[in-house]
Amino acid sequence: MTPGSTSGAPGVVVVTGVSRYLGAHVAARLAADPRIERVIGVDAPEAGAEFSDLLDRVERIRVDAGSLGGLLADLDVDAVVHLALVSAPDPQHGGRSGMKEQNVIGTMQLLAACQRAPRLRKLVVRSSTAAYGVSFRDPAVFTEETEPREVPRGGFGRDILDVEGYVRGFRRRRSDVTATVLRFAPFIGSTADTTLTRYFAQPFVPTVFGRDPRLQFLHFDDALEVLHRSIVEDHPGTYNVAGPGVLSLSQAIRRAGRVAVPVLEPGLSGAAALARSMGFGRYGLDQVDLFVHGRVVDTTRLEQEYGFTPRSTAEAFDDFIRAHHGGVVVTRSQLAAAEQLVLDGIRQVRAAVRERTS
Amino acid sequence: MTGSGQGRDPQGIGRFDVPQQSPALDAEPARRNGHRPAADLAPTPTPADEVDTATSDEVDTTTSDEVDTTASGEPVSLDGDRAADGTPGGTAPAVPDRPRDQWDRRVAGGLAFLRRRLSGEYEVDEFGFDPDLTDAVFHPLLRLLYRDWFRTEVSGVEHVPVDGPALVVGNHSGTVALDALILSAALHDKHPARRYLRLLGADLVFRMPVVSEIARKTGGTVACNPDAERLLGGGDLVGVFPEGFKGIGKLYADRYKLQRFGRGGFVSAALRTGTPIVPVAIVGGEEIYPMLADIKPLARLLKLPYFPVTPTFPLLGPLGMVPLPSKWLIEFCPPIPTAHLTDSADDPLVVFNLADQVRETIQQTLHTLLERRPDPFGP
Repeated sequence: MTPGSTSGAPGVVVVTGVSRYLGAHVAARLAADPRIERVIGVDAPEAGAEFSDLLDRVERIRVDAGSLGGLLADLDVDAVVHLALVSAPDPQHGGRSGMKEQNVIGTMQLLAACQRAPRLRKLVVRSSTAAYGVSFRDPAVFTEETEPREVPRGGFGRDILDVEGYVRGFRRRRSDVTATVLRFAPFIGSTADTTLTRYFAQPFVPTVFGRDPRLQFLHFDDALEVLHRSIVEDHPGTYNVAGPGVLSLSQAIRRAGRVAVPVLEPGLSGAAALARSMGFGRYGLDQVDLFVHGRVVDTTRLEQEYGFTPRSTAEAFDDFIRAHHGGVVVTRSQLAAAEQLVLDGIRQVRAAVRERTS
Repeated sequence: MTGSGQGRDPQGIGRFDVPQQSPALDAEPARRNGHRPAADLAPTPTPADEVDTATSDEVDTTTSDEVDTTASGEPVSLDGDRAADGTPGGTAPAVPDRPRDQWDRRVAGGLAFLRRRLSGEYEVDEFGFDPDLTDAVFHPLLRLLYRDWFRTEVSGVEHVPVDGPALVVGNHSGTVALDALILSAALHDKHPARRYLRLLGADLVFRMPVVSEIARKTGGTVACNPDAERLLGGGDLVGVFPEGFKGIGKLYADRYKLQRFGRGGFVSAALRTGTPIVPVAIVGGEEIYPMLADIKPLARLLKLPYFPVTPTFPLLGPLGMVPLPSKWLIEFCPPIPTAHLTDSADDPLVVFNLADQVRETIQQTLHTLLERRPDPFGP
């Protein structure tokens, strides 16, 4: 498949999870594409009415996952974009068990429905680089072929492994459907609101003592672009989607003008567990493991297949910094001024000493 | 100060005549004229950093020396010096920028480094390698160790390619894997292209907090085939010690006896990428912490591969961590090409033969180096 081919633009597209940030933006973007006739946003019945201003051109259907099967067949759906994944337990929606229900059971039911949709040609599933798990023996850079060495401790990582397993099964049973799995690095950008952007928005940022993980981010707009291309073009397979390049956590914190507060790892795990059980904060073992091990993926396959390179991790992070300059503790210009001040001071003292001795 | 001035006088008499003839107005260049022979006289060091330190020290001493000598000798020329020094100070705003002042440059450089670090304006590669920090902090520390403490002599650097990938394979020794760090710092300083050696370390290194961070920042990564092949594929110089813990954890009685080379994973990585293998023999590492015994139960308790007992550790506590000042010799051997064997990367016979060839080369070079160094703690 040549990059940029548009022959495969589908007529009717179903997007799941449109009540969430990513789903709403993807659905709105697809609705604005003249090549696509209908965009249908599917939601759980209890989902709120957020983002409804974005979704005025999207038909919204509220249905529980169990009765999706008939719906997909009735609507003559050509493509399904599955974005209804929850990355952190939300106490208002059932905590961890609600998260697992949505991620694993929701995906199972959606894929079962897809299997019975006769016209379906395309399936795009949101996954995450958390699929690689964490281990001290991991290679520094993950390619799509790397198998996880250890099952992740965090709930999201385990859910992602399950979701990808179901997609593999679906591929076997419906080999006529172009299935694309996109393993996204953590989103960041001027508007995105995720666990990680909230983390970096604090003035004092907890880190794990003695660890400086390598991180990669994906600009939210580039995620939209890749998802859009996956629908209107044909790109079967699994792809890592991340901004090229790497920032270490300490470097990212300094660039954001925040202050790192190193915490011993057992303390941080305990604090994360405590915070979760008490129902506030959304940091889990997923985040702790990420901050111990870091995660870097190879995006060569994406660049070759899509003919598209997301903006680099550093650029994406800069965009985030520009939008969140509220909690800055030290700015670059302050540092530069301090540098000049100290340098001038030393020069003056040395000049004075020289005057006196000569 | 005066002592060193008098010491240098025999050579200096001639050159101090020169500024006297030229009027004192341009005393600044005259002073540099006077300085230049001193820089030429300075000892041999070639790497840029060494030259930098050497000359900066020289400049400072010679300038003050000169003021001393002129002050005692000709008051006229002293006035001239003053005037030359004073004019820029008077016209420039508050603080004169003195581009020729080495100390000023160093202070400015240090401050700029601090500012870069604090604002995160440096680059880290996908393995976590931070050249800025390595050059500014880790290599200067290691330089003190390998040059002044271990008096390391390096030979055969010409066998390490100037560009393109190569796999440097060495013998491991010394209870603590100090030899790997010394090798990388020494190679970086002595190599004409100032190449960085990307070390492959055991996963134990990456389990430990702080240590793992330092290992990644200095260019290390986990010893596994994907990482090795990725680094070699990117044209990097990769350093590997196939003996692993068997090498560093052996007793002093077994010094300089190469241990088993594992499964030869390093050979298949080199074969798959067609990279030449450069064997390197390191003598001196075995004596820094001579391991007399291994307390196995304690090692098991601490989940370490061994628990060393050296003449000073754990007897002297933290003081036992100071390495003994042995004499080090590092010799790079001629590279073994592998480009013609790319197809046999999975052939165990080829892999084992090549691993044996590398092992034999290192062992023989070790023997010749040991003959060249009769006294382990000699000069």
